Amino acid sequence: MKIGLFIPCYVDALYPDVGVATYKLLRALGCDIEYPEKQTCCGQPMGNAGFQHMADNLVESYDKLFRGYDYVVAPSASCAAYVRFFHPGIVGHECEAAKKTVDLVEFLHDVLKVKSIPGARFPHKVSLHNSCHGVRELGLSSPTERSIPRFNKIKDLLSLVEGIEVVEPERPDECCGFGGMFSIEEPDVSGRMGRDKLARHIATGAEYITGPDSSCLMHMQGIAKKDGEKRIQFIHVAQILASGL
Amino acid sequence: MSTIHAKKAAEFLRNPDKVTRHDQTFWSVRAKRDTLAYELEEWEELREAASQIKKHTVTHLADYLEEFERNATKNGAIVHWAADAEEYNAIVMDIMRSHGVKKVVKGKSMLTEECHLNENLQKNGIDVVETDLGERILQLMQLPPSHIIMPAIHITREQVKENFGEKGILQKQGEKAAASMVSSVVAAGGDGSSVPARETLEAEADPTYLTRCARYHLRDNFMTAECGMTGANFGVASTGEIVVCTNEGNADMSTSVPKLHIASIGLEKVIPNYEAVGVFQRLLARHGTGQATTVYTSHYRKPRPGGEFHIILVDNGRSDILANPEHWQTLKCMRCGACMNTCPVYRRSMGYSYTYFIPGPIGINLGMLKDPDKNYHNCSACSLCLSCENVCPVKVDLGTQIYKWRQELDGMGHADPMKKAMSAGMKIMFDNPRLYTSALRLAPVANYIPSFLTNIKLNAWCKYHAMPEFAKQSFHQLWKSGKVKSEKSYNQITNKNEIQ
Repeated sequence: MKIGLFIPCYVDALYPDVGVATYKLLRALGCDIEYPEKQTCCGQPMGNAGFQHMADNLVESYDKLFRGYDYVVAPSASCAAYVRFFHPGIVGHECEAAKKTVDLVEFLHDVLKVKSIPGARFPHKVSLHNSCHGVRELGLSSPTERSIPRFNKIKDLLSLVEGIEVVEPERPDECCGFGGMFSIEEPDVSGRMGRDKLARHIATGAEYITGPDSSCLMHMQGIAKKDGEKRIQFIHVAQILASGL
Repeated sequence: MSTIHAKKAAEFLRNPDKVTRHDQTFWSVRAKRDTLAYELEEWEELREAASQIKKHTVTHLADYLEEFERNATKNGAIVHWAADAEEYNAIVMDIMRSHGVKKVVKGKSMLTEECHLNENLQKNGIDVVETDLGERILQLMQLPPSHIIMPAIHITREQVKENFGEKGILQKQGEKAAASMVSSVVAAGGDGSSVPARETLEAEADPTYLTRCARYHLRDNFMTAECGMTGANFGVASTGEIVVCTNEGNADMSTSVPKLHIASIGLEKVIPNYEAVGVFQRLLARHGTGQATTVYTSHYRKPRPGGEFHIILVDNGRSDILANPEHWQTLKCMRCGACMNTCPVYRRSMGYSYTYFIPGPIGINLGMLKDPDKNYHNCSACSLCLSCENVCPVKVDLGTQIYKWRQELDGMGHADPMKKAMSAGMKIMFDNPRLYTSALRLAPVANYIPSFLTNIKLNAWCKYHAMPEFAKQSFHQLWKSGKVKSEKSYNQITNKNEIQ
């Protein structure tokens, strides 16, 4: 099985450690991974802003770059969802690569069906951030709005980590208010949503907030830092899973 | 680059406690809805059925409307067709004039709000009295609703007291209201003297006292009105009747005293039959207020003996929505308000921040369909969390449609210039991998990082956020240098000293 690694732009620039963790994790689980260097972004920032047509070239080159792989794995639920569900609509045809693009959690849980992770140990209490697109587009957990059996794939994976205690905040899948350009177009609403979310995570008594999307974490981290909030730290799910590698 | 919504939301957010109260009030309705949803095993099947029935009905609308008209007419109702608000108001005035109506009592109806009925009636010298408590409070305060189900939720009881005082309601009804509270306690076997004196009740803005004042005030109006008006939650094609759901019984009072009943109903409210009513009735109150059912579910089929029953079927843009290939699904909406209650942006920005009288996710969409030049400002009021789509009882893809509206704004001349420039900048960078990688490599990194962070010092990001810390080396660089693929462990590679 050949895996293409997609490291979205902001992970590339701001959180390369998350990319490293993803690579090490997939390698340790026996995957054959390549990282095509000509990759850039999923196009969501433009689409979100109302200019998805400006992402047309990007979508085509993404498709060319990744279509030959069995799976394309990205450590970012929102970007993976954007590729999978929006790319065909942007260019007006089916995209092979989009069909094969999955988030890291989906890949580990649904494709590899991992039952153990070598050396993973994280003796901390973490509050799980169920990010919107992970929950409601990729189905990483059961949306609280729906009356369906409860499940949470991120929690399942984290339960394989030694010493970890996983909790969820009150309103476990309410939006943190990032929303890409939403955060600068509606800064006051976005800021308030972020503070509310942060407060609920902190109220769990956790030492870390973790999730499958660095973008939500970046938003909450930015607010925490601005407010001088030191009670909680931020870590991507991949980093916890790769802690022993 | 701020939209009207963003600016008004910022004003509302200046009072954090008020925002907390507003947010918690609506979240508690969402939570009640969830509890009921989890109790019903067939919940998701009901939603799917409701979605399918609505889809079927609106795509066969002409047939069902004709069936409805035929059966309603057979029942003795008089059916009118209004193409737009102007025609609607003219029909209402014709009926009122022919009956010499001076006062009308009316139940809550978003359609009449949409058609500016009250202003029109008043202009024509007709006294119109809203009988839903929340609507009456707002009418007296001359304010529009801030939510379609709980229109006055943003008003405090102190404000209600003040307003009832100014309008002479407390003075006129206070004694009766206080006395009735004593009788209620006595009737329940309690001690009547435990009820505080009228002055105390008034000073404390006691909710029961204020509600009783309103009840007596409204009763006076029910007794003296010549016409009762209601909206309708459903029109049943197979029987030609309308169904009205309320919690206060005010629609029933409005139609029980006056001999003349005028019901106003949007075209899309017609559903096929009783089986369909069963599906929607189970969903409506559970979604809207977190109740298993509304307190009153009233079916109106015939005129009262010696009276007249008029039904006005109103289009006012609905057939245009039906013809809109991207957005016709909004016609499935049954106005339960659940998307507002769950919307994290609505809960923190309040109804008055939106330029359309219906706020929240459905209001953003309906506003764009009604008048995009006026309502494009609301398209920013969405973080695309998609909670609305998962809440919606008829599965309108609300968030997805907002995303689609955003794509259309540029063509309408309403694109935000800064967002457009940022997107164009991103296009250049993301279309050119070499430029992108060198941008990440070259200092200062901050000048080239993605979209929402460009112009970071100028934009609104810094209002609530600290600057993100940029990695010394991007993943691209780490890869190129061979570090990622090396035998070194994750912990060794990501150690800050190591990376340098």
